Amino acid sequence: MSLTQPVVSDHQLARLLQIGIVLEEVVEARSAKHAEETSGEHDQAILDLLEHAELESAEHRRQLEDLIDDLEADTVPFEEIEMLVEAQYEADKDFDGVLYDQLCNEETAYKFYDDLIEAIEASDVTFTIDRERLLDVLSEIREDEAEGVEDVTDLMEDHQ
Amino acid sequence: MNTQAQYLKAIYLTQQQEDGPASTGDVADMLDVSPASANEMIGKLEDRGLLNHEKYKGVDLTDDGITQARDALQNYCIIERFLIEVLEVEEFRAEAKQLEGVIDETVAERLDTIIDREPQCPDCFDPEGDVCGLLEVEAEVTSD
Repeated sequence: MSLTQPVVSDHQLARLLQIGIVLEEVVEARSAKHAEETSGEHDQAILDLLEHAELESAEHRRQLEDLIDDLEADTVPFEEIEMLVEAQYEADKDFDGVLYDQLCNEETAYKFYDDLIEAIEASDVTFTIDRERLLDVLSEIREDEAEGVEDVTDLMEDHQ
Repeated sequence: MNTQAQYLKAIYLTQQQEDGPASTGDVADMLDVSPASANEMIGKLEDRGLLNHEKYKGVDLTDDGITQARDALQNYCIIERFLIEVLEVEEFRAEAKQLEGVIDETVAERLDTIIDREPQCPDCFDPEGDVCGLLEVEAEVTSD
């Protein structure tokens, strides 16, 4: 049973897409940071995973930026989020291990897009942006995140 | 967060303000819903073991209810701080209220990795100001 509430306006949709952009930027920045700090300590498969996550998040961000542009809202500059990630990175002790952090990233992103799609589908609002295109883009990204969860899980099993 | 979480948060805050059971009218006011809607949801939450409801006395959260309410309040604090610190949203209270129904706790946890939040959260929340008590000054942002 889902209890997610519907999206109520263009403005709220834009805000949610901005949050999506920030989540992607967090993944992008954290993946790059992990790769930079752990190169040499991990095998190639983990470094490949981090590089793939970084590139995929950058692509998702661009897709979301295209949508947000049509809603005449602003994006959130990557450099700004990169700085915030950098500032908190050292202090972050909650996510133990690179793979676990990546798993959290992918699962969180999947959950976010899944809830967002549900909230858009439950909404009666006529958005400025074409609803079909919006849902297509978000569903495609959600699919990537689901694959990402599988990839990380497989790698975790290989390393047990 | 979902409707259940929003009710638990509102009841928790009302109980804090009243220092005792919360009246359904006050809960309805805080959530801007009709007393009938509030009563219906309170009945469901009672069935789920999250609160006790006594007529003419009010609503009292159980231990499970308090735990869930505090989690919901913490998520709300994360959303507010994120809106203020990262997106510099002036109308952060109104937007946080809208977003808390759509932003799940796992997403809030990720947003939490890029904001400054005090360890005592959510105990520093000020129900009257509807914002973290430690954020009063910082909340004076100028752009959206």
